[in-house]
Amino acid sequence: MNTFTTKQIVATGVGAAVFIILSRFAAIPTGVPNTSIETSYAFLAFMAILFGPVTAGLIGLIGHALKDAILYGSPWWSWVIVSGFVGFGIGLVARRINIEAGGLTTKGILLFNATQAIVQAIGWILIAPVLDILIYAEPANKVFVQGAVAATSNILTVGVIGTLLLVAYANTRSKAGSLKREA
Amino acid sequence: MGVEMLGYIERPSPVHRLTGTTKLIGFLLWTTATMFTYDTRVLLLLGLASIGLFLVSRIRFREVRFVLVFTALFVLINAFAVYLFEPEQGVVIYGTRHVLWEGIGRFTLTAEQLFYLFNLILKYSVIVPVAVLFLVTTHPTEFASSLNRIGVPYKVAFAVSLALRYIPDVQQDFRTIADAQEARGVTVTHGPLLKRAKHSLNILLPLLFTSLERIETVSNAMDLRGFGAERKRTWYNQRPMTRADYLAIGLVLLLTIFSFSVTFYDGSRFYNPF
Repeated sequence: MNTFTTKQIVATGVGAAVFIILSRFAAIPTGVPNTSIETSYAFLAFMAILFGPVTAGLIGLIGHALKDAILYGSPWWSWVIVSGFVGFGIGLVARRINIEAGGLTTKGILLFNATQAIVQAIGWILIAPVLDILIYAEPANKVFVQGAVAATSNILTVGVIGTLLLVAYANTRSKAGSLKREA
Repeated sequence: MGVEMLGYIERPSPVHRLTGTTKLIGFLLWTTATMFTYDTRVLLLLGLASIGLFLVSRIRFREVRFVLVFTALFVLINAFAVYLFEPEQGVVIYGTRHVLWEGIGRFTLTAEQLFYLFNLILKYSVIVPVAVLFLVTTHPTEFASSLNRIGVPYKVAFAVSLALRYIPDVQQDFRTIADAQEARGVTVTHGPLLKRAKHSLNILLPLLFTSLERIETVSNAMDLRGFGAERKRTWYNQRPMTRADYLAIGLVLLLTIFSFSVTFYDGSRFYNPF
Protein backbone atom coordinates (compact mmCIF):
# COMPACT_ATOMS: atom_id res chain seq x y z
CA MET A 1 0.00 0.00 0.00
CA ASN A 2 3.02 2.28 0.37
CA THR A 3 3.15 2.95 -3.34
CA PHE A 4 -0.35 4.39 -3.16
CA THR A 5 0.47 8.11 -3.16
CA THR A 6 -1.65 10.87 -1.69
CA LYS A 7 -2.41 12.10 -5.16
CA GLN A 8 -3.72 8.69 -6.19
CA ILE A 9 -5.87 8.50 -3.08
CA VAL A 10 -7.43 11.88 -3.79
CA ALA A 11 -7.79 10.99 -7.47
CA THR A 12 -9.68 7.87 -6.38
CA GLY A 13 -12.02 9.83 -4.12
CA VAL A 14 -12.73 12.77 -6.42
CA GLY A 15 -12.75 10.44 -9.44
CA ALA A 16 -15.39 8.25 -7.82
CA ALA A 17 -17.48 11.38 -7.12
CA VAL A 18 -17.22 12.48 -10.76
CA PHE A 19 -18.07 8.95 -11.91
CA ILE A 20 -21.22 9.03 -9.79
CA ILE A 21 -22.33 12.45 -11.02
CA LEU A 22 -21.68 11.54 -14.66
CA SER A 23 -23.56 8.28 -14.47
CA ARG A 24 -26.47 10.05 -12.85
CA PHE A 25 -26.67 13.23 -14.91
CA ALA A 26 -24.64 12.76 -18.08
CA ALA A 27 -25.90 9.42 -19.37
CA ILE A 28 -27.56 9.95 -22.74
CA PRO A 29 -30.44 7.54 -23.44
CA THR A 30 -30.20 5.86 -26.85
CA GLY A 31 -33.80 4.83 -27.22
CA VAL A 32 -32.99 1.16 -26.65
CA PRO A 33 -34.40 0.29 -23.21
CA ASN A 34 -31.86 0.21 -20.36
CA THR A 35 -29.06 1.27 -22.69
CA SER A 36 -27.52 4.69 -22.67
CA ILE A 37 -24.28 6.33 -23.65
CA GLU A 38 -22.48 6.11 -20.32
CA THR A 39 -20.06 9.02 -20.41
CA SER A 40 -18.89 7.88 -16.97
CA TYR A 41 -16.97 5.01 -18.57
CA ALA A 42 -15.19 7.39 -20.93
CA PHE A 43 -14.13 9.29 -17.83
CA LEU A 44 -13.09 6.06 -16.08
CA ALA A 45 -10.93 5.08 -19.06
CA PHE A 46 -9.34 8.52 -19.05
CA MET A 47 -8.50 8.29 -15.36
CA ALA A 48 -7.08 4.81 -15.96
CA ILE A 49 -4.58 6.18 -18.46
CA LEU A 50 -3.75 9.14 -16.23
CA PHE A 51 -3.43 7.41 -12.85
CA GLY A 52 -2.93 3.71 -13.57
CA PRO A 53 -4.68 0.44 -12.73
CA VAL A 54 -5.06 0.60 -8.93
CA THR A 55 -6.60 4.08 -8.87
CA ALA A 56 -8.93 3.41 -11.80
CA GLY A 57 -9.94 0.00 -10.49
CA LEU A 58 -10.90 1.60 -7.18
CA ILE A 59 -12.74 4.46 -8.93
CA GLY A 60 -14.79 1.83 -10.75
CA LEU A 61 -15.52 -0.19 -7.61
CA ILE A 62 -16.19 2.69 -5.23
CA GLY A 63 -17.94 4.88 -7.79
CA HIS A 64 -20.27 2.18 -9.02
CA ALA A 65 -21.05 0.77 -5.57
CA LEU A 66 -21.80 4.21 -4.12
CA LYS A 67 -23.82 5.22 -7.19
CA ASP A 68 -26.00 2.13 -6.90
CA ALA A 69 -26.35 2.58 -3.16
CA ILE A 70 -27.26 6.26 -3.34
CA LEU A 71 -29.63 5.96 -6.29
CA TYR A 72 -31.10 2.46 -6.07
CA GLY A 73 -30.60 1.77 -2.40
CA SER A 74 -28.41 -1.26 -2.95
CA PRO A 75 -25.24 -2.09 -4.90
CA TRP A 76 -25.57 -4.48 -7.85
CA TRP A 77 -22.43 -6.43 -7.00
CA SER A 78 -22.09 -8.37 -10.24
CA TRP A 79 -21.84 -5.16 -12.26
CA VAL A 80 -19.86 -3.24 -9.64
CA ILE A 81 -17.10 -5.83 -9.90
CA VAL A 82 -17.01 -5.41 -13.68
CA SER A 83 -16.62 -1.62 -13.38
CA GLY A 84 -13.60 -2.19 -11.15
CA PHE A 85 -12.24 -4.74 -13.59
CA VAL A 86 -12.66 -2.36 -16.54
CA GLY A 87 -10.83 0.48 -14.76
CA PHE A 88 -8.03 -1.81 -13.66
CA GLY A 89 -7.67 -3.48 -17.06
CA ILE A 90 -7.43 -0.26 -19.04
CA GLY A 91 -5.02 1.15 -16.46
CA LEU A 92 -2.55 -1.63 -17.21
CA VAL A 93 -1.39 0.16 -20.37
CA ALA A 94 -1.06 3.56 -18.66
CA ARG A 95 2.72 3.28 -18.39
CA ARG A 96 3.14 2.33 -22.03
CA ILE A 97 1.10 5.29 -23.22
CA ASN A 98 2.70 7.68 -20.71
CA ILE A 99 0.51 10.64 -21.55
CA GLU A 100 2.18 13.05 -19.10
CA ALA A 101 5.56 12.99 -20.83
CA GLY A 102 5.18 11.79 -24.34
CA GLY A 103 1.95 13.26 -25.55
CA LEU A 104 -0.36 10.97 -27.44
CA THR A 105 0.86 9.18 -30.54
CA THR A 106 -1.31 7.33 -33.06
CA LYS A 107 0.21 4.14 -31.69
CA GLY A 108 -0.86 5.17 -28.20
CA ILE A 109 -4.43 5.79 -29.35
CA LEU A 110 -4.55 2.40 -31.04
CA LEU A 111 -3.15 0.65 -27.99
CA PHE A 112 -5.68 2.43 -25.75
CA ASN A 113 -8.60 1.42 -27.96
CA ALA A 114 -7.51 -2.16 -28.45
CA THR A 115 -7.11 -2.54 -24.69
CA GLN A 116 -10.40 -0.93 -23.76
CA ALA A 117 -12.27 -3.03 -26.34
CA ILE A 118 -10.77 -6.30 -25.09
CA VAL A 119 -11.15 -5.47 -21.41
CA GLN A 120 -14.74 -4.31 -21.76
CA ALA A 121 -15.70 -7.25 -23.94
CA ILE A 122 -14.41 -9.64 -21.27
CA GLY A 123 -16.07 -7.63 -18.52
CA TRP A 124 -19.53 -7.08 -19.95
CA ILE A 125 -19.95 -10.20 -22.10
CA LEU A 126 -18.26 -12.72 -19.81
CA ILE A 127 -17.92 -11.67 -16.17
CA ALA A 128 -21.16 -9.74 -15.62
CA PRO A 129 -23.51 -12.33 -17.17
CA VAL A 130 -21.80 -15.26 -15.46
CA LEU A 131 -22.11 -13.53 -12.08
CA ASP A 132 -25.77 -12.73 -12.80
CA ILE A 133 -26.41 -16.39 -13.53
CA LEU A 134 -24.54 -17.57 -10.44
CA ILE A 135 -26.08 -15.07 -8.04
CA TYR A 136 -29.55 -14.44 -9.42
CA ALA A 137 -30.16 -17.57 -11.56
CA GLU A 138 -31.31 -15.37 -14.41
CA PRO A 139 -31.78 -16.99 -17.83
CA ALA A 140 -28.55 -17.20 -19.81
CA ASN A 141 -29.82 -15.72 -23.07
CA LYS A 142 -31.19 -12.65 -21.28
CA VAL A 143 -28.00 -11.78 -19.41
CA PHE A 144 -25.78 -12.43 -22.42
CA VAL A 145 -27.88 -10.18 -24.64
CA GLN A 146 -27.77 -7.52 -21.91
CA GLY A 147 -24.00 -7.94 -21.65
CA ALA A 148 -23.49 -7.71 -25.40
CA VAL A 149 -25.56 -4.53 -25.62
CA ALA A 150 -23.67 -2.97 -22.70
CA ALA A 151 -20.34 -3.99 -24.23
CA THR A 152 -21.14 -2.50 -27.64
CA SER A 153 -22.39 0.79 -26.27
CA ASN A 154 -19.60 1.18 -23.73
CA ILE A 155 -16.82 0.24 -26.14
CA LEU A 156 -18.14 2.82 -28.62
CA THR A 157 -18.51 5.46 -25.89
CA VAL A 158 -15.00 4.97 -24.57
CA GLY A 159 -13.63 4.68 -28.09
CA VAL A 160 -15.04 8.02 -29.20
CA ILE A 161 -15.44 10.19 -26.11
CA GLY A 162 -12.60 8.59 -24.14
CA THR A 163 -10.16 9.04 -27.00
CA LEU A 164 -11.21 12.67 -27.50
CA LEU A 165 -10.70 13.35 -23.77
CA LEU A 166 -7.20 11.90 -23.95
CA VAL A 167 -6.33 13.93 -27.04
CA ALA A 168 -7.63 17.14 -25.47
CA TYR A 169 -5.65 16.45 -22.32
CA ALA A 170 -2.46 15.55 -24.18
CA ASN A 171 -2.65 18.88 -26.03
CA THR A 172 -2.37 20.75 -22.74
CA ARG A 173 0.87 18.94 -21.79
CA SER A 174 4.19 20.00 -23.18
CA LYS A 175 6.08 17.14 -24.77
CA ALA A 176 9.40 16.01 -23.34
CA GLY A 177 12.21 17.66 -25.25
CA SER A 178 9.98 20.35 -26.69
CA LEU A 179 12.22 23.18 -25.49
CA LYS A 180 14.74 24.51 -27.97
CA ARG A 181 17.73 26.67 -27.25
CA GLU A 182 17.43 30.01 -28.95
CA ALA A 183 20.09 30.76 -31.41
CA MET B 1 -31.16 20.49 -9.01
CA GLY B 2 -34.21 18.78 -7.69
CA VAL B 3 -32.81 15.28 -7.85
CA GLU B 4 -32.81 13.50 -4.58
CA MET B 5 -30.02 11.29 -3.38
CA LEU B 6 -29.77 9.25 -0.25
CA GLY B 7 -27.83 10.81 2.55
CA TYR B 8 -27.43 10.68 6.30
CA ILE B 9 -30.61 11.42 8.27
CA GLU B 10 -30.09 12.36 11.91
CA ARG B 11 -32.52 10.78 14.38
CA PRO B 12 -32.41 9.41 17.90
CA SER B 13 -32.88 5.67 17.41
CA PRO B 14 -31.25 2.42 18.51
CA VAL B 15 -30.06 1.81 14.94
CA HIS B 16 -28.33 5.19 14.83
CA ARG B 17 -26.64 4.53 18.14
CA LEU B 18 -24.91 1.40 16.86
CA THR B 19 -21.38 2.03 15.64
CA GLY B 20 -20.72 2.28 11.93
CA THR B 21 -18.64 -0.87 12.14
CA THR B 22 -21.58 -2.87 13.44
CA LYS B 23 -23.83 -1.60 10.70
CA LEU B 24 -21.23 -2.28 8.02
CA ILE B 25 -20.71 -5.86 9.22
CA GLY B 26 -24.46 -6.33 9.46
CA PHE B 27 -24.99 -4.97 5.97
CA LEU B 28 -22.28 -7.18 4.48
CA LEU B 29 -23.56 -10.33 6.22
CA TRP B 30 -27.10 -9.54 5.14
CA THR B 31 -25.99 -9.01 1.52
CA THR B 32 -24.07 -12.28 1.53
CA ALA B 33 -27.06 -14.15 2.90
CA THR B 34 -29.44 -12.79 0.27
CA MET B 35 -26.89 -13.31 -2.48
CA PHE B 36 -26.60 -17.04 -1.81
CA THR B 37 -30.10 -18.03 -0.88
CA TYR B 38 -33.00 -18.55 -3.23
CA ASP B 39 -35.10 -20.17 -0.54
CA THR B 40 -38.48 -18.45 -0.38
CA ARG B 41 -38.83 -18.99 3.36
CA VAL B 42 -35.42 -17.50 4.11
CA LEU B 43 -36.04 -14.56 1.78
CA LEU B 44 -39.38 -13.85 3.45
CA LEU B 45 -37.80 -14.02 6.90
CA LEU B 46 -34.96 -11.69 5.87
CA GLY B 47 -37.46 -9.35 4.26
CA LEU B 48 -39.66 -9.19 7.36
CA ALA B 49 -36.63 -8.68 9.59
CA SER B 50 -35.40 -5.80 7.44
CA ILE B 51 -38.80 -4.12 7.53
CA GLY B 52 -38.77 -4.56 11.30
CA LEU B 53 -35.37 -2.88 11.50
CA PHE B 54 -36.67 -0.09 9.35
CA LEU B 55 -39.48 0.59 11.82
CA VAL B 56 -37.05 0.59 14.76
CA SER B 57 -34.82 3.15 13.03
CA ARG B 58 -37.63 5.76 13.01
CA ILE B 59 -36.77 6.70 9.43
CA ARG B 60 -40.01 7.66 7.75
CA PHE B 61 -41.07 5.93 4.57
CA ARG B 62 -41.54 9.15 2.63
CA GLU B 63 -37.96 10.23 3.35
CA VAL B 64 -36.63 7.39 1.22
CA ARG B 65 -39.65 6.82 -1.00
CA PHE B 66 -37.97 8.01 -4.22
CA VAL B 67 -35.29 5.32 -3.96
CA LEU B 68 -37.79 2.60 -3.24
CA VAL B 69 -39.97 3.61 -6.20
CA PHE B 70 -36.89 3.72 -8.45
CA THR B 71 -35.79 0.28 -7.36
CA ALA B 72 -39.26 -1.25 -7.53
CA LEU B 73 -39.58 -0.06 -11.11
CA PHE B 74 -36.17 -1.46 -11.99
CA VAL B 75 -36.86 -4.84 -10.40
CA LEU B 76 -40.23 -5.17 -12.12
CA ILE B 77 -38.84 -4.28 -15.56
CA ASN B 78 -36.05 -6.77 -14.96
CA ALA B 79 -38.51 -9.54 -14.05
CA PHE B 80 -40.51 -8.73 -17.16
CA ALA B 81 -37.36 -8.95 -19.31
CA VAL B 82 -36.56 -12.34 -17.76
CA TYR B 83 -40.02 -13.56 -18.74
CA LEU B 84 -39.68 -12.28 -22.31
CA PHE B 85 -36.37 -14.02 -22.78
CA GLU B 86 -37.14 -17.30 -21.05
CA PRO B 87 -40.83 -17.90 -20.28
CA GLU B 88 -40.07 -21.33 -18.84
CA GLN B 89 -36.95 -20.66 -16.75
CA GLY B 90 -38.94 -21.70 -13.68
CA VAL B 91 -39.75 -25.06 -15.26
CA VAL B 92 -36.03 -25.65 -15.79
CA ILE B 93 -35.22 -24.76 -12.19
CA TYR B 94 -37.99 -26.60 -10.38
CA GLY B 95 -38.14 -29.59 -12.72
CA THR B 96 -41.93 -29.81 -12.99
CA ARG B 97 -44.43 -28.11 -15.24
CA HIS B 98 -47.87 -26.94 -14.10
CA VAL B 99 -49.41 -25.03 -16.99
CA LEU B 100 -51.86 -22.37 -15.92
CA TRP B 101 -52.46 -20.98 -19.38
CA GLU B 102 -51.08 -22.15 -22.72
CA GLY B 103 -50.67 -18.56 -23.84
CA ILE B 104 -49.48 -17.42 -27.25
CA GLY B 105 -46.68 -19.31 -28.93
CA ARG B 106 -43.76 -19.73 -26.51
CA PHE B 107 -45.26 -17.36 -23.97
CA THR B 108 -46.90 -19.87 -21.69
CA LEU B 109 -47.81 -19.25 -18.09
CA THR B 110 -46.68 -21.88 -15.61
CA ALA B 111 -46.93 -21.98 -11.84
CA GLU B 112 -43.18 -22.63 -11.71
CA GLN B 113 -42.39 -19.51 -13.72
CA LEU B 114 -44.62 -17.34 -11.55
CA PHE B 115 -43.01 -18.74 -8.43
CA TYR B 116 -39.52 -18.21 -9.85
CA LEU B 117 -40.29 -14.61 -10.81
CA PHE B 118 -41.77 -14.01 -7.36
CA ASN B 119 -38.55 -15.29 -5.82
CA LEU B 120 -36.42 -13.22 -8.18
CA ILE B 121 -38.29 -10.04 -7.24
CA LEU B 122 -38.11 -10.97 -3.57
CA LYS B 123 -34.38 -11.65 -3.78
CA TYR B 124 -33.70 -8.27 -5.37
CA SER B 125 -35.99 -6.44 -2.94
CA VAL B 126 -35.17 -7.83 0.51
CA ILE B 127 -31.74 -6.24 0.60
CA VAL B 128 -33.03 -2.77 -0.22
CA PRO B 129 -34.45 -1.73 3.18
CA VAL B 130 -31.25 -2.83 4.92
CA ALA B 131 -29.00 -1.10 2.41
CA VAL B 132 -31.04 2.11 2.57
CA LEU B 133 -31.02 1.94 6.33
CA PHE B 134 -27.27 1.44 6.42
CA LEU B 135 -26.82 4.52 4.24
CA VAL B 136 -29.14 6.90 6.04
CA THR B 137 -28.12 5.94 9.58
CA THR B 138 -24.33 5.93 9.17
CA HIS B 139 -22.53 9.24 9.16
CA PRO B 140 -20.17 9.45 6.15
CA THR B 141 -17.13 10.19 8.25
CA GLU B 142 -17.84 7.24 10.50
CA PHE B 143 -18.27 5.06 7.44
CA ALA B 144 -14.60 5.48 6.51
CA SER B 145 -13.39 4.53 9.96
CA SER B 146 -15.65 1.47 9.88
CA LEU B 147 -14.19 0.30 6.58
CA ASN B 148 -10.75 0.64 8.07
CA ARG B 149 -11.78 -1.26 11.15
CA ILE B 150 -12.94 -4.32 9.23
CA GLY B 151 -9.60 -4.50 7.45
CA VAL B 152 -9.78 -2.18 4.43
CA PRO B 153 -6.45 -0.27 4.18
CA TYR B 154 -6.94 3.22 5.58
CA LYS B 155 -5.85 4.87 2.37
CA VAL B 156 -8.67 3.17 0.49
CA ALA B 157 -11.10 3.94 3.31
CA PHE B 158 -10.06 7.57 3.10
CA ALA B 159 -10.70 7.58 -0.64
CA VAL B 160 -14.26 6.40 0.01
CA SER B 161 -14.78 9.17 2.52
CA LEU B 162 -13.36 11.71 0.03
CA ALA B 163 -15.81 10.45 -2.60
CA LEU B 164 -18.75 10.99 -0.26
CA ARG B 165 -17.40 14.39 0.70
CA TYR B 166 -16.98 15.61 -2.89
CA ILE B 167 -20.22 14.33 -4.48
CA PRO B 168 -22.11 17.59 -3.71
CA ASP B 169 -19.19 19.74 -4.88
CA VAL B 170 -18.80 17.88 -8.16
CA GLN B 171 -22.55 18.03 -8.64
CA GLN B 172 -22.35 21.80 -8.21
CA ASP B 173 -19.49 22.03 -10.74
CA PHE B 174 -21.46 19.92 -13.16
CA ARG B 175 -24.55 22.10 -12.78
CA THR B 176 -22.57 25.30 -13.31
CA ILE B 177 -20.87 23.99 -16.44
CA ALA B 178 -24.08 22.52 -17.88
CA ASP B 179 -25.93 25.82 -17.28
CA ALA B 180 -23.14 27.84 -18.86
CA GLN B 181 -23.13 25.60 -21.94
CA GLU B 182 -26.90 25.70 -22.19
CA ALA B 183 -26.79 29.47 -22.17
CA ARG B 184 -24.61 29.17 -25.27
CA GLY B 185 -27.12 26.83 -26.87
CA VAL B 186 -25.15 23.65 -26.20
CA THR B 187 -27.39 21.07 -24.58
CA VAL B 188 -27.25 17.36 -23.89
CA THR B 189 -30.92 16.97 -23.05
CA HIS B 190 -32.39 17.76 -26.47
CA GLY B 191 -31.67 17.09 -30.12
CA PRO B 192 -30.40 14.15 -32.13
CA LEU B 193 -28.32 11.50 -30.40
CA LEU B 194 -25.04 12.22 -32.16
CA LYS B 195 -25.28 15.91 -31.48
CA ARG B 196 -25.94 15.27 -27.82
CA ALA B 197 -22.98 12.91 -27.62
CA LYS B 198 -20.81 15.59 -29.20
CA HIS B 199 -22.16 18.25 -26.85
CA SER B 200 -21.45 16.07 -23.83
CA LEU B 201 -17.76 16.72 -24.51
CA ASN B 202 -18.38 20.41 -23.85
CA ILE B 203 -19.40 19.47 -20.33
CA LEU B 204 -16.96 16.62 -19.78
CA LEU B 205 -13.82 18.54 -20.66
CA PRO B 206 -14.30 21.50 -18.28
CA LEU B 207 -15.46 19.10 -15.56
CA LEU B 208 -12.37 17.00 -16.13
CA PHE B 209 -9.97 19.91 -15.83
CA THR B 210 -11.76 21.35 -12.79
CA SER B 211 -11.58 17.96 -11.12
CA LEU B 212 -7.90 17.48 -11.93
CA GLU B 213 -7.22 20.87 -10.41
CA ARG B 214 -9.22 19.89 -7.35
CA ILE B 215 -7.25 16.67 -7.03
CA GLU B 216 -4.03 18.69 -7.19
CA THR B 217 -5.17 21.14 -4.49
CA VAL B 218 -6.56 18.56 -2.10
CA SER B 219 -3.63 16.18 -2.38
CA ASN B 220 -1.16 19.03 -1.83
CA ALA B 221 -3.09 20.11 1.27
CA MET B 222 -3.06 16.55 2.58
CA ASP B 223 0.64 16.10 1.86
CA LEU B 224 1.42 19.34 3.68
CA ARG B 225 -0.40 18.00 6.71
CA GLY B 226 1.65 14.82 6.57
CA PHE B 227 -1.06 12.46 5.38
CA GLY B 228 0.13 8.91 4.89
CA ALA B 229 3.33 9.28 6.89
CA GLU B 230 2.38 6.50 9.28
CA ARG B 231 1.25 2.96 8.64
CA LYS B 232 -1.83 3.43 10.75
CA ARG B 233 -4.11 6.29 11.57
CA THR B 234 -6.73 7.09 14.14
CA TRP B 235 -10.22 8.29 13.37
CA TYR B 236 -11.90 11.21 15.09
CA ASN B 237 -15.32 9.66 14.57
CA GLN B 238 -14.55 6.16 15.72
CA ARG B 239 -16.71 5.14 18.67
CA PRO B 240 -16.00 2.25 21.03
CA MET B 241 -18.10 -0.90 20.62
CA THR B 242 -20.80 -1.35 23.24
CA ARG B 243 -22.84 -4.33 24.42
CA ALA B 244 -25.61 -3.38 22.00
CA ASP B 245 -23.12 -3.60 19.13
CA TYR B 246 -21.95 -7.10 20.00
CA LEU B 247 -25.55 -8.14 20.50
CA ALA B 248 -26.55 -6.76 17.08
CA ILE B 249 -23.63 -8.44 15.31
CA GLY B 250 -24.44 -11.69 17.10
CA LEU B 251 -28.07 -11.53 15.99
CA VAL B 252 -27.25 -10.85 12.35
CA LEU B 253 -24.64 -13.60 12.44
CA LEU B 254 -27.24 -16.04 13.78
CA LEU B 255 -29.67 -14.96 11.08
CA THR B 256 -27.00 -15.50 8.43
CA ILE B 257 -26.03 -18.95 9.72
CA PHE B 258 -29.72 -19.86 9.95
CA SER B 259 -30.35 -18.74 6.39
CA PHE B 260 -27.36 -20.67 5.10
CA SER B 261 -28.35 -23.86 6.86
CA VAL B 262 -31.98 -23.69 5.73
CA THR B 263 -30.84 -22.89 2.20
CA PHE B 264 -28.33 -25.68 1.83
CA TYR B 265 -29.58 -28.49 4.08
CA ASP B 266 -31.17 -30.32 1.15
CA GLY B 267 -28.39 -29.53 -1.32
CA SER B 268 -30.34 -27.00 -3.38
CA ARG B 269 -30.57 -23.27 -2.89
CA PHE B 270 -34.14 -23.26 -4.23
CA TYR B 271 -37.17 -24.00 -2.11
CA ASN B 272 -39.33 -26.33 -4.19
CA PRO B 273 -43.00 -26.51 -3.23
CA PHE B 274 -43.94 -28.44 -6.36
